[in-house]
Amino acid sequence: MSTETDAISFADVGQTFLTDNGPLTALSGVNVNLRRHEFVAVLGPSGCGKSTLLRLTAGLIKPTEGTVSVFGHPVSQPRDDIGIVFQQATLLPWATVEDNVVFPAKHKRGRVSAKDRAHAREIIATCGLAGFEERLPGELSGGMQQRVGIARALFLNPDILLMDEPFSALDALTRDAMGFELLRLWQASPKTVLFITHSIPEAVILADRVVVMSERPGRVIEDLKVPLGRPRDESSLRSVEMQDFLAHLRGLLIKDKVA
Amino acid sequence: MTAQADIPAEKAPPAKPAPTERLPLAERLIRTPVLLPALTFILILLLWEFGTRLFNVPSYVLPAPSRIVEGFGVVSFGRWMEHVWSTLRVALLGYLVSIAVSLPIAVGLSKSRFLSRSLYPLLVVIQSVPVVAVAPIIIVVLGTDDAPRIVITFMISFFPLVVSMTTGLMATPPELIELSRSLRAPVRREITQIRLPYATPYIFSGLKISITLSVIGAVVAEFVAAEVGIGYFIQFSTSMFRLPQAWAGLAVLLVMSLALFQAVNLTQKYFFPWSLPKDGR
Repeated sequence: MSTETDAISFADVGQTFLTDNGPLTALSGVNVNLRRHEFVAVLGPSGCGKSTLLRLTAGLIKPTEGTVSVFGHPVSQPRDDIGIVFQQATLLPWATVEDNVVFPAKHKRGRVSAKDRAHAREIIATCGLAGFEERLPGELSGGMQQRVGIARALFLNPDILLMDEPFSALDALTRDAMGFELLRLWQASPKTVLFITHSIPEAVILADRVVVMSERPGRVIEDLKVPLGRPRDESSLRSVEMQDFLAHLRGLLIKDKVA
Repeated sequence: MTAQADIPAEKAPPAKPAPTERLPLAERLIRTPVLLPALTFILILLLWEFGTRLFNVPSYVLPAPSRIVEGFGVVSFGRWMEHVWSTLRVALLGYLVSIAVSLPIAVGLSKSRFLSRSLYPLLVVIQSVPVVAVAPIIIVVLGTDDAPRIVITFMISFFPLVVSMTTGLMATPPELIELSRSLRAPVRREITQIRLPYATPYIFSGLKISITLSVIGAVVAEFVAAEVGIGYFIQFSTSMFRLPQAWAGLAVLLVMSLALFQAVNLTQKYFFPWSLPKDGR
């Protein structure tokens, strides 16, 4: 049940899109609640409506059934206290790292103050990008670009961070490093994180809870607390207990695939 | 353009030391900028000159380059400048009108499916009208000053701009549009801060095509009705059977077209370097 303290709550949420080939049900009967500062990973096969959950929370689309609430209020339009990180960094290629990070201010208010710039440089440093302020995105590696994407999402100091497979375009090593980097940022400045992924180890190493979704129409098939303390590191998943947990999640996804 | 990219030097086995002075002559020539195209050009001029002399080609069929150079001298420098300025003015004004008209149309086409469904067929019809055939009508309707010539230039040069701008405005990653919406920014800023800059590479490819079309448009207009301009000069010279002069006019047009094209190119290179493909910098 949703309570007043929930940062995000989905109550019987269903989403049907009208397409040229008739209606397409992306989500059906989804009930999930995220407590404030909780890190929740949504795990599921491609096309199970994971990203739809994110767009509903962001207020970019409206649910066709049920209610999505943020801090107890039904979402009717985009909110200022939500930051989004996309699968691709989608930076502005003509703007420097700093200009990309202050872009939310420039775009929202039409101008950038000296305070905005100072704030941006602070976030850039926090995200491990100090010294790269004047570089263009094309000069950065994929991992660095996604750091800029995260810095941009953090610029307006959101309470909620929505991440749509943010590391899936990166190589495996960078991907792991970025995961721990994200945990570091999250622990330094706690936020409610809704993290969409299709990688089981990534979901488990990062999140407090893993919500497993079925293939389309997406529904929640299991909502599991990750039996791991914090801080976590590369060795966190090596125990027999964790390997069993990973195997259980894999089983859920494969069983769904066959059915 | 691809000549540089085709140099297989990058793929040469690294074990083989390849200082530039050890390269075969052909390879060295390929790597020297300007040299090869310039040599080719000079060679063609020489062949042309001696060919026409050797075979006694009459100058109304093909004047020798030296005769064409003489053709420049028949008209005073001041008069040449009048012709050049007239054509250049019409070409540039027509070009500016094309840009000014194309931009709002492209924004409309990219933002509204209603507009794109209703307006696009009309644009295709306008584009398909053979402008040379309509030019006399336009002259009759609009008179004989710059206005009809600018309209004719516009009609020839605007379509590639509309197409490239619209394509560019639609090429913005949807995530950035979502970012814009999540910030609840006004649509005006979505266009000026995201869509238009993103469209820059596309817009420039349209601008490059249109600038040469603008020169063609200005000349077509002068063919129909004018008493000054390079197009007029070429037509007048031909009617007087002064072919070397007409060729001189053609050379001036060619230089004008190339210079304008290069100006657009350099504008992109210096003001929007990020919009060029990576290896083209």
